[in-house]
Amino acid sequence: MMGVALRRLASALPVLLLVSLITFGMMRLIPGDPAAAIAGLSATPQQVAQIRADLGLDQPFLQQLVHWYGGLLQGDLGRSILMGRGVFAVTMERLPVTLGLSAYALVLTLLIGLLCGIAAALKQNTIIDQLAMVFAMIGISVPSFFLGLVMIIVFAVHLGWLPTGGYVPFAQDPWGWFRSVTMPAISLALLQAGLLARITRSTMLEVMRQDYIRTARAKGLPYHQVVFRHALANALIPITTVVGIIISLLLSGAVVTEALFSIPGIGQLLTQAVLNRDYPMVQGGLLLVTGFLVLVNIGIDLLYAVLDPRVRYE
Amino acid sequence: MSLLEIRNLTTAFGTESGQVTAIEDISFGIEPGEILGIVGESGSGKSVTALTVMGLLPRPPAKILSGSVMFDGQDLTKLSERQLQKIRGPGIAMIFQEPMTSLNPVFRIGEQIMETIRAHERLSPRALRDRAVQLLAKVGIPSPERRMDDYPHQLSGGQRQRVMIAIALACNPRLLIADEPTTALDVTIQAQILDLLMDLRDELGMAIMIITHNMGVVAETADRVLVMYAGRIVEQSPVERLFDAPLHPYTRGLLDCVPSLEHDRPRLVAIPGSLPEPARRPSGCRFRPRCAHAAPACAETLPILAERAPAHAAACIRLPEIAAAMAEPA
Ligand SMILES: Nc1ncnc2c1ncn2[C@@H]1O[C@H](COP(=O)(O)OP(=O)(O)OP(=O)(O)O)[C@@H](O)[C@H]1O
Ligand SMILES: [Mg+2]
Repeated sequence: MMGVALRRLASALPVLLLVSLITFGMMRLIPGDPAAAIAGLSATPQQVAQIRADLGLDQPFLQQLVHWYGGLLQGDLGRSILMGRGVFAVTMERLPVTLGLSAYALVLTLLIGLLCGIAAALKQNTIIDQLAMVFAMIGISVPSFFLGLVMIIVFAVHLGWLPTGGYVPFAQDPWGWFRSVTMPAISLALLQAGLLARITRSTMLEVMRQDYIRTARAKGLPYHQVVFRHALANALIPITTVVGIIISLLLSGAVVTEALFSIPGIGQLLTQAVLNRDYPMVQGGLLLVTGFLVLVNIGIDLLYAVLDPRVRYE
Repeated sequence: MSLLEIRNLTTAFGTESGQVTAIEDISFGIEPGEILGIVGESGSGKSVTALTVMGLLPRPPAKILSGSVMFDGQDLTKLSERQLQKIRGPGIAMIFQEPMTSLNPVFRIGEQIMETIRAHERLSPRALRDRAVQLLAKVGIPSPERRMDDYPHQLSGGQRQRVMIAIALACNPRLLIADEPTTALDVTIQAQILDLLMDLRDELGMAIMIITHNMGVVAETADRVLVMYAGRIVEQSPVERLFDAPLHPYTRGLLDCVPSLEHDRPRLVAIPGSLPEPARRPSGCRFRPRCAHAAPACAETLPILAERAPAHAAACIRLPEIAAAMAEPA
């Protein structure tokens, strides 16, 4: 098991290298100049050039790259141009906000997706199946920003149950946090829940047709044991893979949601950084997020091995 | 009194082209300790018969149109799913054709045996495990204590079928239904599994219903045989009598397909034509289009199963003519 984890970690290095190269190159390819952004509109060309030299942006591309990688090797992600603080510190400040929101959305996704999918499969071709699938279809086809807007208008503006936006840190006021991220989490989760419900349904239907389910019934096991033990234990194997993808999608979906609900998470941080051409912030922040996703995927692989003995013993 | 008594059982499936009967008017019994063989081509309704008894057919599309399945004084066709769960295991147990896929791949084999016992009896964890180890030993799994913690994919096909048998035996069933238990296994393993089943019958006194399309398996194991064709029983006989004096032309055809050592060269004569789909069955006798002895009268009525000798019945209206034709030297 440890071997699997280590091997996966090693194979993640090229991924991180590639991502860092691409972001580094992209940032310098898109037009715009961080020095001009810092200097402001009234700055003279000399002042801008001075700032550019201070930031090392006047050096050739390759030299900048080597300089950046040199820093990375020493564990230094660089400083944000805009905020003048270490990229690592800033990211670690904002990441928990996004992770909290995504985790909340993941819990909703799993609850709604698994329940709807299992219920639909067990009650195939009944009204329950149809309702669950209509719900999933809505989740999949309504864009999350639109859903977010509708929820803001209905629940925040008209009914006044929830705040229209803004963010309350969990440590400061758990209930306030819960209220401030509920709508964002729902708008984020619904698409994924719809996908998960459909995949869970088809997986369960497939598993319920297997010979070992017939064996479980032939042994005289009660129905709930046949479904929630024998069938689910097998269905969870392919579902786990999908959940791994869903986690990545939730994190990237958080960018839009954070903007809509003005939540100061990593999405907002990086959007700002891109708009202001804050090169070190974008490069370092994305690298950290990618690293986190790689860890999540390794976790999923390990979970996969726990669920499937055939994988474990290979 | 018979252990299992099936009367006029008809099971149908709802399909796109309407309702079709998979088995029709099936009647037979099994005595305690008896081994009953059921033979017939693929699609003749053997598995549907077994699964109807077990109550394991998906309903819908399956539907029992008529008949009764008496076991232990109860009509199984009238029981609820919950009541059937109590019968499955201690009353009737079943093993299947595909040992490779019949065990759950994510649970240890010991657990798959123990959960069967747990579903029907209260035992301490220690006693439960001991019983499971004993069962594995009984079905001939070497070093059973160690094997308890194996997963199905770590076992060969023959061993998996032994584990399936151990699961079936876990609650001392009075009837074991074995649906083509050896079809997926190679020949030497086949013989071992059949020997095991017969030993277990002698030791435990349970009845066995063994389903196969292999006449050799029937000859080796069964006391009595049912021959099914297109959803109906066409012949029923004690096993020696069936091989010595088959009556129905279909049975004769099946026996001709078996390589025989008594002849100089193996006679492998396949029956011409193929089994009609349930929706396309001919009028009158279902075997008529493939039968060398068919006469116009065969198209008119469905022949009924009638006793021609003690305990030996066949469903054919041309038996005297066929017997006469066979007696003449060709
Ligand atoms: N779930 C089902 N839906 C519709 N028809 C079915 C279903 N299961 C079986 N049948 C039909 O019932 C008939 C009998 O099938 P059955 O499985 O009992 O045959 P069998 O004698 O066991 O054959 P085999 O030797 O291939 O196992 C077949 O014509 C089959 O098409
Ligand atoms: Mg069958």
